[in-house]
Amino acid sequence: MHLVDNVLLNIVLMTLIKFAGFVLAFVMGTATVLTWAERKYSALLQNRIGPNRANIGSIRAGGLLHMLADPIKMLTKEDFVPNTPNPILFRLAPLMAFVPALVVFAVIPFGPGETFQISNTSLGILFIFAISSLNVYGAVIGAWASNNKWSLIGGLRISAQMISYEVAIGLSLCGIFMIYGSLDLQDIATRQGELLWGFIPAWGIVYQPVAFVLYLTCAIAENKRAPFDVGEAEAELTAGWWTEYSAMGFAVFALSEFIEIVLIGCVGTTLFLGGWTIPGLHGDAWWIVVLEIGGFLFKSLFLVWLQMTLRWTLPRFRYDQIMRLGWRIMLPIALLNLVVTGIVLTFIERA
Amino acid sequence: MAKVVNRLHPDFATQSYVIEVFKGVALTTRQFARNLFARKDIVTVQYPDDRRPYTPRFRGKHRLMLRDDKSVRCVACMLCATACPANCITILAKEVDDPTIEKAPSSFDIDLLKCIYCGFCEEACPCDAIRLDSGVHTIPSYTRRDQKAGVINLMSLGSVSIASQGGEHRAHSHEGTAHGRSSGH
Repeated sequence: MHLVDNVLLNIVLMTLIKFAGFVLAFVMGTATVLTWAERKYSALLQNRIGPNRANIGSIRAGGLLHMLADPIKMLTKEDFVPNTPNPILFRLAPLMAFVPALVVFAVIPFGPGETFQISNTSLGILFIFAISSLNVYGAVIGAWASNNKWSLIGGLRISAQMISYEVAIGLSLCGIFMIYGSLDLQDIATRQGELLWGFIPAWGIVYQPVAFVLYLTCAIAENKRAPFDVGEAEAELTAGWWTEYSAMGFAVFALSEFIEIVLIGCVGTTLFLGGWTIPGLHGDAWWIVVLEIGGFLFKSLFLVWLQMTLRWTLPRFRYDQIMRLGWRIMLPIALLNLVVTGIVLTFIERA
Repeated sequence: MAKVVNRLHPDFATQSYVIEVFKGVALTTRQFARNLFARKDIVTVQYPDDRRPYTPRFRGKHRLMLRDDKSVRCVACMLCATACPANCITILAKEVDDPTIEKAPSSFDIDLLKCIYCGFCEEACPCDAIRLDSGVHTIPSYTRRDQKAGVINLMSLGSVSIASQGGEHRAHSHEGTAHGRSSGH
C-alpha cells in the first residue's frame, strides 16, 4: 500500500499505523483487559464476586473501571527501591521483561499479505525465539538486584525453568517447519489456508496435535504462570522474584506477563490454528480480509482464554516435578514427534 | 487395627494428564457459566453493604441491665470481678437507701482491651445485671482511654430485665436466671 510518494516515509508511516492498530489497540488492549478479566474470571470460577468496587459516581460497570483505577493507584504509590547494591539494575529489570514481549509482535502476521504484518522477515519464528528468550533476563536480573533471598531463589527457579522449556518448545515446533518447509510466519499461515483431502483444514494442529499440546504446555511454563509459577510460589517464597517490586515496576512486570499471554495466543494461532486463514474462504474482497483479521483475533483470544482457564484449574507443580516434566517427558516426546514427522514426510515424498 | 490404605492405580490415560486437564477445564468452565448466569453458588458477603448476622450466642460488648425504675440492677457483689480471669472489671460500691437492695455500684468500669469475652461474668452474676448479648462488636478507638467502658456507657446498651431479684421475690428467682436471654434485644 502507498500512502505517500516518498518510499522511506511510506514505510515509516505504514509501520506506525500497523503498530497502533495491532500492538497498541489489540495487544495492549487485551493485556489491559486481562488485568481485570483474570481477577473477575477467577472469582467467578471460585464462587466469588471479584473486583466490583471501583466506580465513577454510581457507575460500576461490573468492576470494569478497575482497569482505570489500577494505573492511578500504581502511579501514585511509593516506588520502593530496596537496600541493594544494584539500584540501576533493579530499575532496568521491568523494562527488560517488557520490551522483548512487545517487540516480538513485529513478525506476527495478523492478516493476509505484507500489509498486515509489521515486519515481513523470512526469519519469522527464529526471531520470536531469539527475542522472547531475552525475557528471562528481566526476571532473573530483577530477582538478583532485589538483594532478597526469596527473590533470588525465585529467580534461580525461573532461570532453570525457562531455559529447560526453551529446548522443548523449540523442538516441538520443528515439526511444523518440516511440514510447511518455511520459517516465514506469513508463509506458514498461507499454507494452512489450503484444504486437506478437500474438506479438512490443513491447520498445524491437524498435522501436529502432539506438538500443539507440547507447545501450549511449554509456552505457559516459559511465561512462568500457574501451574508452573514456582518462581512466584507465594506459599513458600512470599512473592518470589517480584517480592520487592511495588508501584509501576510491579505493574510493568505484570503487564509484560499478560502481553506474553497474548503472544502465546498469537503464535499458537499462526502455527497451529491456521493463522488468519478461514477454511474455504479465499479472495481479496475487503469483507473477506476483515473476516480473516477478525478470525485471527478470535482464535488468539480463544488461546488466551484457554491459558486463563488452565491457570485457574490446575494446582501448582513442585519445582522438581517441573524439571522432570521438562527434561524427561517433554523433551523425549518432542524428539520422538520430530522423528516420526521426518519418517512420514520421507514416505510421502517417495510415494 | 492398622488402617488399610487404598492406593490409587491410575491407568495410563489418567497418568498422562492430558485428558484429565481438559476434564478440569470443562469443570471450571461449567462453574464459571453457572456463576455468570445465576448467582446462587456465590458465597461472597459484600461486607459494608451486607453483614452476616451474628449467632444468638455471640458475646459482644457488655451491657448492664436495668430495673423497672431504670436504675441499675447491679448490687456491687463483686462476683463478676472475682470470676473475671482477665481482671478487667473494677467496681466501687455505694450505700443505697432502699432496704431491699444491698448496695449499688458508684462506678463500674470494664477495660475492653483487657476483656477476653469469656462470659464468666454473666455466669457469675446472681442478678442478671451484666450480659454480653448486646451484639455490639468491639469498636475501635484512637486512645486506650476510650476502651474503658463506664457504668453510664454500659447502661446505655441495657434494658429492663424481667428476671426477679432479691427481697420478697426470692421465691420466684428460679424463673429467670442469668442465662435468660429472651428479653432485651
